[in-house]
Parts: sequence; structure tokens; C-alpha cells
Amino acid sequence: MKQFLSKFSVSSFFDAILPVFAALAAFGLGAFMLLALGANPITAYAALIEGALGSWNAVAETTVKAVPLLLVGLGICIAFRANVINIGGEGQMIIGAIFATLIGLNFTDLPGWLVIVLAMIAGFLGGALWGAIPGYLKAYFSVNEILSTVMLNAIAVQLMNYLLRGPMIDPAQAELASKIPQTARLDPLFHLPRLIPTRLHLGALIAVLLAIAVYFLLFHTTLGYRIRAVGYNPDASRYGGIRVRKQIVIAMLLSGAFAGLAGAIQVYGLNYRMITDGSASGFTGSAGFNGIVAALFGQLHPLGTIPASFVFGAMLVGANSLQRAMQVPSAFITALNGLVVVFVVSSEIWRRRRQHRRRLTARIVEDELVEATIKPETEAQP
Amino acid sequence: MKTSAWMKISILFVLFTFLLAACATTPATPEVSEPETTDEPVVEEPFRVALIMPSAINDLAFSQSIYDALVKIQTEMGGESGFQFVYSENMFVVDDAAAAIRDYASQGYDLVIAHGSQYGSSLREIAPDFPEVSFAHGTTVDTFVDEGITNVFAYEAASDQGGYVNGVMAGLLTESNVVGVVGPIETGDAKLYIDGFKAGVMASNPEAQVNINYTGSFSDVALASEAANTHIGAGADILTGTAQMVVGAIGVAEERGVLWFGTQSSQTSLAPSIVVANQVYDWTVVLRDIISLIKEGTLGGKAYAITLANDGLVMDFNPQYTLPESVGQAAAEAIQGIESGSITTLP
Amino acid sequence: MIEDLFSTTVLVGILASGIRLATPYLYAAIGETFGQRSGVLNLGVDGQMLLGAFAAFYVALTYQNLWLGILAAIIVGGLMGLAMAYVTVNLQAQQGISGIGFYLFGLGMSDLLFQKLLGTVETVRGFPSLYIPFLSDIPFLGDIFFRQNILVYLAYLLVPLAWFVMNKTTLGLKIRAVGENPEAADSLGVSVARVRYFSIILGGMLSGVAGASMSIALLNVFQQNMTSGLGFIAVALVYFGGWRPGGVLLGALLFSMVNALQLWIQVKGIQIPSDFAVMMPYVLTILVLVLAVQRVRPPSALTKPFERES
Repeated sequence: MKQFLSKFSVSSFFDAILPVFAALAAFGLGAFMLLALGANPITAYAALIEGALGSWNAVAETTVKAVPLLLVGLGICIAFRANVINIGGEGQMIIGAIFATLIGLNFTDLPGWLVIVLAMIAGFLGGALWGAIPGYLKAYFSVNEILSTVMLNAIAVQLMNYLLRGPMIDPAQAELASKIPQTARLDPLFHLPRLIPTRLHLGALIAVLLAIAVYFLLFHTTLGYRIRAVGYNPDASRYGGIRVRKQIVIAMLLSGAFAGLAGAIQVYGLNYRMITDGSASGFTGSAGFNGIVAALFGQLHPLGTIPASFVFGAMLVGANSLQRAMQVPSAFITALNGLVVVFVVSSEIWRRRRQHRRRLTARIVEDELVEATIKPETEAQP
Repeated sequence: MKTSAWMKISILFVLFTFLLAACATTPATPEVSEPETTDEPVVEEPFRVALIMPSAINDLAFSQSIYDALVKIQTEMGGESGFQFVYSENMFVVDDAAAAIRDYASQGYDLVIAHGSQYGSSLREIAPDFPEVSFAHGTTVDTFVDEGITNVFAYEAASDQGGYVNGVMAGLLTESNVVGVVGPIETGDAKLYIDGFKAGVMASNPEAQVNINYTGSFSDVALASEAANTHIGAGADILTGTAQMVVGAIGVAEERGVLWFGTQSSQTSLAPSIVVANQVYDWTVVLRDIISLIKEGTLGGKAYAITLANDGLVMDFNPQYTLPESVGQAAAEAIQGIESGSITTLP
Repeated sequence: MIEDLFSTTVLVGILASGIRLATPYLYAAIGETFGQRSGVLNLGVDGQMLLGAFAAFYVALTYQNLWLGILAAIIVGGLMGLAMAYVTVNLQAQQGISGIGFYLFGLGMSDLLFQKLLGTVETVRGFPSLYIPFLSDIPFLGDIFFRQNILVYLAYLLVPLAWFVMNKTTLGLKIRAVGENPEAADSLGVSVARVRYFSIILGGMLSGVAGASMSIALLNVFQQNMTSGLGFIAVALVYFGGWRPGGVLLGALLFSMVNALQLWIQVKGIQIPSDFAVMMPYVLTILVLVLAVQRVRPPSALTKPFERES
């Protein structure tokens, strides 16, 4: 009973909303920047909230924005728990999208639902491939994953540029002198169904279901236990008979797979074709990076990542509408995002300290979340 | 430690209440944030345009060209009272741009311009939902009219034409017979310009060699500048390039004393001593026509191209550079030939 | 076609270009090496570089003094480092994430200042090429090594200096101790916090100079996001170099030389798609690391916050 009470105390409720306070503090600082820009901060933030949550359509847009963040974030939960820092989400999204698009462009005579299923699987596999490479290199060649994922992001972008202006180019564009680098449009039968008459598509449901699945995977399966054990203490895991290298590859592979699925869903749910402007973020909207932030805001817990992605998505959508409503330069929004990330991640210390104290009094040792956040990732050396 | 933590928390709390209070006052804000929506009976309502572009309004390239055109149109139409426009810059994420297009359309702008070929797909989705709003996008030729969509204009730049003229001059001015080109990725507007430029050089100087370098990015200024160094190392004494990252290359050209040809916007201010000429995009021709059609009730279906003939493409010669008379003559002849159709600018 | 690449012109060109291209990487990656050696991963290098680049450009343009510009870059980079240090040392924030936050802040803030203070792309007269007497006249070598600007020379001088500080001074010993075993260092009376503050601020200052080396020495312009992710490559090069200044130098040169090579491949009209040429430095960096099979252990306390048991 004592345990139960301590888990649901006012204090732990406070933990949950701490990031909100931190974000508000960042907004407070942003207010001064807005004043310097000659904009009224109150009006500006009202426009931001209005744009992100002010109508059903706004909420749908926010959700749509949150989908890739959540999916990438799920992968990050897995990787970071195994102590692998995957900053290759951008590249993994791109490769996943390419695989998925190839399905839709080539299997045009299959029924729509089948193509969608195949495409999602292909996206999953594409991302898995692009994630497995740095995992394998880390496990067997000691190539640091930060290095390899940064490089693989750049490689994926160039691969996309090549494919979209060459082999995969829209046949209509191929005939024109100005060859716009895009694929043909996917057959309308292959589009992910919309849930309500907005841009909200089936991907949102898939993402939430997968979040639950990843929760079970991490906390209620042997594989999940192994992954977490490797991240927590590789030496002890090896001693305990876990094949550490294999777990690292698996964690990285799964992490990439979710990012790849995010890429596939962006194509089938929103754009209905692949287009490149030459950069990664033009396609991904930087979800490969922002997903990391969302996962950490969600305490690296798959279920916590759901609200975290939504809030972060709201930030991004609201920020864009702030630019429209007030003609604030988009650079302000980027800077504000940065402040929010720094403030939220800094606020963690209060939660950790309180949990530490509570642990000392209540001696709840099995709280795995605490373990994970008190011991952030270290270099796993196989 | 405990007290200081609570101190900080209470500060946060005060901030929070402050912001809550701020939110509580929001009902009044929509009018403040969107002064355009005050639909008071004015004698003549201003024409309202929303613009979405992929990079910044001051990129000295593609985005700046349309922004400058709108500023010009605004002055022509009597300032704020006759013409208003808002913009979203740096919308390189296609998906965000789509949200912006939809949002602007629902706010009842007369014309929503999606300035980037990558936005076409989104526009095709959105335009049918807002039949009373007119859209324009480019650079492309596709108005979707064959798909039953009647409220989309399309525009493109025949940048190969100015590229050809630049190329003709470059071919005559080169002494080493090597000319270097710095491009972003091998597609779209950049490809058109470069193809035209190459054809122009070949036309005036078949001996010359045109080396082309793509940096694989629109933002890598450092690589673009090193590409310029590489061209000069390979013997080039004339350079050109397209897209916003070439500002680095222009600096190198100036330092090493080789000539530069610009495109999209005027780049003379960056290096007045070595810029020979720029092909400048002037979208006002297209915009004027679109606006008058909208006022008459036609909301789309027409595709435009800015060309040398319709003054949408302007050859802007740097007055501080003395162009040899024969070269100026050749350029003038090339312009004339292109306008009359006797010269084809693409291979 | 391929044989066109084997000429002295091309070789000299590649080496000279590579040396220039490597300059900003060197400043940023050496700075990051200090930070990581003391146990702090800073992913915000790119943001620090952008703010440094802008500060240097703006000050140099306004006061017509390049050294004042460098000073501004050092101050701005140092301030960013200070903030990063406070967040990661005092508040013990997750390092990778706070780094991404600082990156976004620097990316946005430098652009915002650029739009508000300058408004358009301008040029500045940057550091001129400095011809070293006599040496610059040596055939080929003169072109490659002795006709660069002063910030290029300084970047290469920084490498042995960093090596010396890291390995031969008490300060270096403290930095390494704090990164390997903060508890032990602490018990020996070394202030973990102070050493980390020093390393992170130094890293920030060097990132600032890295930005300045682009905006007022190599490119002489400022444009939004002009580093284009270069800071992330710099972080990757620290791993490539195994946390040693010499290794970082090797990595920076390899990456830049291959980049220079791919530019020549395109200029010489060798028939491969430009996208694959652009890909080369990234692919080769990974491949070399795979083949080198180097097993350098990272600093044990990297990314771990330190809290004194009291």
C-alpha cells in the first residue's frame, strides 16, 4: 500500500508535468526575443496554440506531425535502452521510403490493401537494413555508431537524389527538359485511408498500436530483457550468457526499422510520391532527429513517447502557423525549439533528485525507468 | 538543495500563471493577428496574396526573385491599400508547405503562390477543396487542368535562354578555353540553366570545354567554393553557377580574379569587379497577368513561362565591368535570335 | 578519362583543396576532442560554429577588423560553451539531447541575427592568402602548403599544441582523468566540474573559430545554415581519430581529400553520376575505419554526468 501511494503521489504527478513547466520557461525567454522582433508575445503564443490545437483540423495536423516522431522515437527507445545512440533516423526514413515506394510503383495490379501492407513491410525492412549496417559495424568492427550514422545519413540522401532523378523518376518528368526529381504518383487505391475528413491517416493508429507492441517487447519478452540488460551493464550481460554483439545489432536493426516505417508512412499517408529538394530534411522534416528528442521527453518509455510526440508535434505545427499569423521569421521558431529542448532536458534533474530521495525512503528498487534515466547511455564495448 | 529546487519551481509556476493569464485573453487576438480579415465595407478591398517558398527571402536566388516581384507589384498597385501579401519562408519540408498552403487558402487569400516545383503534388490535393481560391505554382508547366482542376496557374522560367546568352559571352571571353559551372543537384531549374549555358558556350566557341560540378546540396557553401577552386585549378578562367550556395564560389572567383556569370537574382553586389552579367528572373510579368485574370474571374488553367521575349528574363549587365564591344554585340544577337526563335537554347 | 586524374595539376589541386576544406573540421573537432576527453559529448558544435561564423562576419564587417571578428567568434562560442557546461555539469542533463537543443538554438539564432542585422548576403574582405617567403616558391609544395591564409596555418599548428596540452601537461592529465574516472580524480582533489567547464568552454571557443574560419577567411560571406551540417561531421571525426589530435587530423584530411578528389572526378568529366561522387567521402570514411580495425576505447565517463557523493 505504501508503495502504491508513493507511485501515485502528487509528487509523481509533478514529475509528469515538469517538462511542461520547463517548456513554458523557454517560452518566457522566447517572449523577450519576440519583443525584440517587434511582435507581441501574447498574441504570438496565442497564434501558436491556436494553430496547433485550435480546431479539429489543427489537432489532426498535429497528430499527423507526431506520427513519424513517435515511430522514430520508438526505435530510439529500443536503441538507447541497448545503449546504442542512433542518430541515423534521417537516413533510415529515406531508405524505408524508397523501399516502400518501389512496391507501390511496381505492383500496380495487386489489390490496394495488399500493396499497402507490402509497402509497410518493405519500409520496415529498408529501415532495418540501414539500421543494421551501423549496428553490425559497431558490434563487429568497433566503428562508433555516431560516426557511421552521420555518414550513412549523407549517403542515403545522395542515393535518394540519384534514384529520384534517374531510375525512379516520374515518366512524365523524364520527358521534360527540367527533370523535377520526383517519382510517379501512387495509385489512389494505395493511399493510407483517412480516419476523419482531415489529413489524419491510418498511420496514426499504426503508430500507437506499435508503441504498445514495443512496450511489451521491451518489458515483457526475453528479447527486450536482453536488450535492456546489454544497455545497463554489458559486462554482466556477457557473463550472464547474453550475446552482447547480437543484441546490439538487433537493437539497431529494430531502431532503423521503425524509422523506415515512418518514412513509408510519410509517402503513403501524406505525399503519395517521393520528392527531393536535395536535402534529408526536405523529405523527413527532420523527424529522424526530432524523434530522438521526443523519445527522451517520453523518458525512453514507448508509452511515454506517445504524449511526448504529440506535444512536440504540436510545437512544430503551432510554430509554422505562428510564422504565418505574425510573419515572424522561421529562424525564431528554430531557435525557440532549441531553447525548449535545452530547458526540458535540463529540468530532468529535479525529477531525478526527487525520485532518488523517494527511492531512499520507499526503497522501490525495481523501478526500471529510474534505472534507465539515472544511468544514461554509456559506450557499450563488446 | 531542497529549498533552491522549490524556489525554481515556484518561479516556473509564476511564469506558468503569467502565460495562462495570457492565454485567457486570447479571444481578442484573432483580429490582432490577422488584421486582413476585418471585412469592413471598404470601397475597394486590397488584393491579398500568400506566398510559400523553400528558402529565405534574401537568398540572392530563387526565393528572392519572387519576393522582389511581389514587392514591385505592391508598389505598382498603390501599396498596402491596394495589395497585401504575406509569406512563409524556408518551407523546405514539403509536408509543412502543404499545411501552409491549406491554411492560407482557408483564410481566404485571393491567390496562394507555392513557389517550388516540389509543392505541386500537395497543391493538386488541396486546390479542389478551395474552388474559390486561386493558386499558382512553379516552376512547372502543370496546371492540372486535364485532371479537372481549374483554379491552378503554373509558371516556369526558361532559364536555359539566359544561360545560353551567358554561355555565348563566356565562350568569347575565355582565353584558356575552359569554363567551369557549379550546380546543386542535376535537376529542375539548375539543369535547365546549365544545359543552356553549355549550349551557348559551344555555339560561340566550339573549342571551349565546359566542366560541370554538382555539389549535391543547395546549402553547402564551403563545397561550392572549393568546387570553384577546383575549376580554376583545372584551368577555367570563367565561372558560373546556380542556386543559393554559389555565394561561396563567387568569393573564390573574385579572389582568384576570374569572371563570373550569375543567374536567378543579381549577384553583382557580391563581387562588382568580376561579375559580367546576370540573368534576372522578373516574375512581375506573370503575376500581373494572373492578378488581372483573377479579378476577371478566371482562377487558373493557364501556364506561363518567363522568357527573354516577354521580359520575364532580363539580362542585367554589370555597369562596372567593361564588356568588349564584340562580346556585347554577340550577346545582343543571341538575345534577338532567342526572342525570334531562330536559336534553340537546349541541345 | 580516369588517367586524367593522375597529373601533377590534379594532385596539387586535391592536396591544396583538401587542406583548405579540412580547416574548419580541425578547429571544431579538436575542440570537441577536449570536451569528450573530459567526459562530455557535445552535439551542438554546428550551432556554435554558425553563431561564431555570424559574430565574426558581423564584427569584421562593422569594424573592418578581422582579428576583432575572431575575438567575437571566440566570445560567442565560449558563451555557448558556458551554457552547455552549466546544463551538462550542474544540471546533469542528457548530453546528446542538450547538444541537439543548442544546435537548433544556434541554427535559428544565427539566422535571425543575420536577417535583422544584415538582411542580405554580403561579402567581407577576409584574411588574405599569406605567402610564406621562399617556401611558397617551391614548385608544387609551395602551392599546396604555403599559400593559404593565416587561419589555415593556425589550424594545423593547433594539432601539435593540442597533443602537447593533452599528453604533456598537468591540465591534460586532469582532463583525461576526469573523463576516465571522475570519482578517482575527485578523490585526488581535482574539481571535476571545473575541468569539464574548462574543456567545454574551450571546445565552444574553438567551434566559434571554426565558424569564423569559414565566414571571414575561406568563404568571406555569411549565409543561413552555411555550415550545412559540417559540425556533425566534425563530431564524427573525433570518433574517427580515437580521441587523439593526431587521429582527428588524419580523419579530417582523409575526408577532405576525398571530397576534393570527387570534385576533380566531376570536373574531369568522368562518367559516374554526380550523386555517387558526392557520396564518396562519406563511404570512404566508414570503409577506412572498418579496415583499420582500430580498437580505441572511448573515455570511460563519456556522457556520464558526475555527482559527488556527499
